[in-house]
Amino acid sequence: MAAMIEVRNVSKAFGGVQANRSISLDVAKGKITGLIGPNGSGKTTLFNSIVGYHPIDEGSIKFEGKEISKLRVPQIARLGMLRTFQQTRIYGKMNCIKNMLISVPHRSMGLIEIFGDHSAQELEKAEHLLEFVGLYAKRKLQAGDLSFGQQKLLEFAMALMNQPQILLLDEPTAGINPTLINGLIDRLKRANTEFGITLFVIEHNMRVIMNLAENIYCLAHSELLAEGSPETIQKDKRVIDAYLGAH
Amino acid sequence: MSTSRRTLGLYGGIAIASLVAPFVFDSYISQLTVLWVMVLFAITWDAMGGQMGYNSLGNIFFFGAGMYISAVVQIGLHYDVAEYTAAYGAIKVDFTPAQYHVGLVLGTIVAALGSVALAVALSWVVFGLRGPYFAIGTLGVALAAGELVGAWEYVGAGSGISLPVFPGEPEVGERFFYFAFFIAAVLSFFFFRWLYGTRFGLAINAIRDDEEKAEAMGIRTMRYKTITWSLSAFFLGICGSLFGNYNIFIEPLEVAFATVVFGIPMVVMALLGGKGTLWGPVIGAVLYHVIKEATWKYFLGWQWVALGLLIVVTVVFFQQGIMGWAQDKWPELFGIEVEEDSAEGDREAA
Amino acid sequence: MLSNFQLLFDFPVLNIELLLNGLMIGGIFALAAYGLALVWGVMNVKNLAQGDFVIMGGYIAFVVYKELGINPLWALPVAGIVMFGFGWLLYGLVIRWVIGRDLFTSLLATFGMAIVIQQLLNLIFGPDVQTADSGLGTQLFLDSVPVQEIRVLSLAIAGILALMVILFMKNSRMGQAIRATAQDPRAAKIMGIDTDRVYAFTYSLNAAICGVAGVLISMIWVIQPFYGIGHSIRSFVIVVAAGLGNLPGVIISALGLGALEQYGGFGFGTEFQQAIVVGLLILVLIVRQIMQARHRQVVQ
Repeated sequence: MAAMIEVRNVSKAFGGVQANRSISLDVAKGKITGLIGPNGSGKTTLFNSIVGYHPIDEGSIKFEGKEISKLRVPQIARLGMLRTFQQTRIYGKMNCIKNMLISVPHRSMGLIEIFGDHSAQELEKAEHLLEFVGLYAKRKLQAGDLSFGQQKLLEFAMALMNQPQILLLDEPTAGINPTLINGLIDRLKRANTEFGITLFVIEHNMRVIMNLAENIYCLAHSELLAEGSPETIQKDKRVIDAYLGAH
Repeated sequence: MSTSRRTLGLYGGIAIASLVAPFVFDSYISQLTVLWVMVLFAITWDAMGGQMGYNSLGNIFFFGAGMYISAVVQIGLHYDVAEYTAAYGAIKVDFTPAQYHVGLVLGTIVAALGSVALAVALSWVVFGLRGPYFAIGTLGVALAAGELVGAWEYVGAGSGISLPVFPGEPEVGERFFYFAFFIAAVLSFFFFRWLYGTRFGLAINAIRDDEEKAEAMGIRTMRYKTITWSLSAFFLGICGSLFGNYNIFIEPLEVAFATVVFGIPMVVMALLGGKGTLWGPVIGAVLYHVIKEATWKYFLGWQWVALGLLIVVTVVFFQQGIMGWAQDKWPELFGIEVEEDSAEGDREAA
Repeated sequence: MLSNFQLLFDFPVLNIELLLNGLMIGGIFALAAYGLALVWGVMNVKNLAQGDFVIMGGYIAFVVYKELGINPLWALPVAGIVMFGFGWLLYGLVIRWVIGRDLFTSLLATFGMAIVIQQLLNLIFGPDVQTADSGLGTQLFLDSVPVQEIRVLSLAIAGILALMVILFMKNSRMGQAIRATAQDPRAAKIMGIDTDRVYAFTYSLNAAICGVAGVLISMIWVIQPFYGIGHSIRSFVIVVAAGLGNLPGVIISALGLGALEQYGGFGFGTEFQQAIVVGLLILVLIVRQIMQARHRQVVQ
């Protein structure tokens, strides 16, 4: 399967602290790829490097064969790569519907279109997606009044509204009520199969990532430790050691 | 529907009051005329500061720029501008009514377009600045413009330019400008009212609430910022052109680029009424203007001290403004729902 | 106006005079700019009334000179004390409600205060340009460059005052509390520091520094009720160019600004002096922006 994102030998340091050291990985098109690792192993740094939040020290990042390591966040977003945040970022003072309508894909919009009204289709789609994540009943509430878990779901729905080619999710289940996690796993899978969106997921919860991803990369101490299917990763001694802290 | 009928009634009432006011209260016509100028100021500032979250302290720049562009066009149609200004009013303009009106219309059009061009050119400079740097930078632009024009001989430097007087009876002229400002203010109100309802309005609100998130969603923030700033400049350019002609005399520091007299009050009016709302700036402008005229009448000499205090009190203690306060108090009146929609809660999957 | 620049080449000695004057005035600008950086860094308040504090100090010197008929140098301690009290008053009335609010609030609130101060000064003293005469003479430097003694003295006073403030910040309990609060107000509060008092003191100290700077300005230059905004802009130019918490940078930028202003005023004519200052403000903001745009990071 072709790689949608190719990361090659990417290194990034903050001052004297090496956050990523020569990391190479592929995110396969149309699949769900996982990224795991203990706290502080450099997962979010790698995400930020890919989506353009900071410059990388060395290496190359390609998206659909195009070098993006010099591009900035808005440019990368317009190529169709979106991310959600560990701490959710939604528009708290607007209602859920408006949050969804803001998220219509702007990359294809011409100068005239930005002065248009939101179409009935867009509204329909916004409501449909809110229903997909289970927030339809709350669609007219201020997004800021939702619980943390609900805001996370809203942010996920906003990302889907944007029709990205690939979605980078930073710990989608953190802070979500455990009884809702199975439903979320199911929705992530459906986003992948029904909407055809490639997913690249950072996850702490082992059970979630093992259920979700087809291929998993594990970071530890700023380096790539292991790669493989959930079964291989689960049995990999180095991964177990990294999580248990045995060294 | 009753709400739309009520809105219609409100607009109709305001329209009728505005149309008869200059005839009924004709001794107050100059105050009423300036009231519409203030409304225009507040509405155009709010597009930037209230709706997009870019708190400009230099919007007065476009007012002054429009005023000067229009003056140069009007004089330049019939005279050599440099000679005219060098004579310090010794050359008396003698325009036929047709010449006057052609000059005014043409000057206003060029002023509006010129202000837009300046806004586009400046947007590269100012929109790299965020937060307080944006406010200081725009303030710097307005102050620099005043100083530079004040030293520029071609446009009369600090002595300014005298403009042609309205041809015809003075009362007719006063009414003419009253309605000119009234129309400009109403047009800008309905223009921005429409704009805030489009995708554009939602996008600039998104920039205000979290610009980084908006960028991460792929919104071309720079494009929105430049357009909003230009639209603000467009109406301010028109307003400046008309004001120069209304005032007959223009000058850089007290009339055109008057930061203390007009530039800062723009912001205060929008804050007072409630920034980021449709009616807030209008209400704020009316309130500010009434307070201003009252202090002029009753505290003459101390009027600017009183207005400075008003700025401090508004900004520090009443920043949410009248509309913001009302919105907190009665959210349901503003279409903000606090209860979840249980009736439709279990709608079948579409 | 080009001929004036030609003069600088024809008479090189003019350069020395402009440079010296610029550096001596720049030294005083550094005082107000340091105060601005202090308030900005510790309280995150952008004080647009900075220049008006300077002008107030100037009028205190003017009163001492005109009404009391004594040397305006005596106004130095008076202005320091009066302005400290004034700063405390303003803190209690306005500034304490601004702390922790968004960045725009402090700018606009202090601009409102600036208008009130300007207008009150205008009501009391009228709009005429004033100066306070220190009675000191002029010396010739290198036998050809005239140097006013008061300018040299002012620079020395500015230097001593700056040194006193630095030592105070380093060694006194209040100075340490201020620095702790600047780093982390919450932690400082938990450690038992009364941050409200720290803020009040910081703001008052800034007003006092500005007051002293104003006394010096009134003796070597002129004051007028509406000149405050120019001094505020100067402080912002210096602080934006130097960055917060960079004292050597503040001094160098201030001296540079003083010299540039003298050269610009001489070259283009004094009517452009204010325009030059504002132009420099826009310039430093643009440069700052270009420096940041090089990074891939979102400009903050």
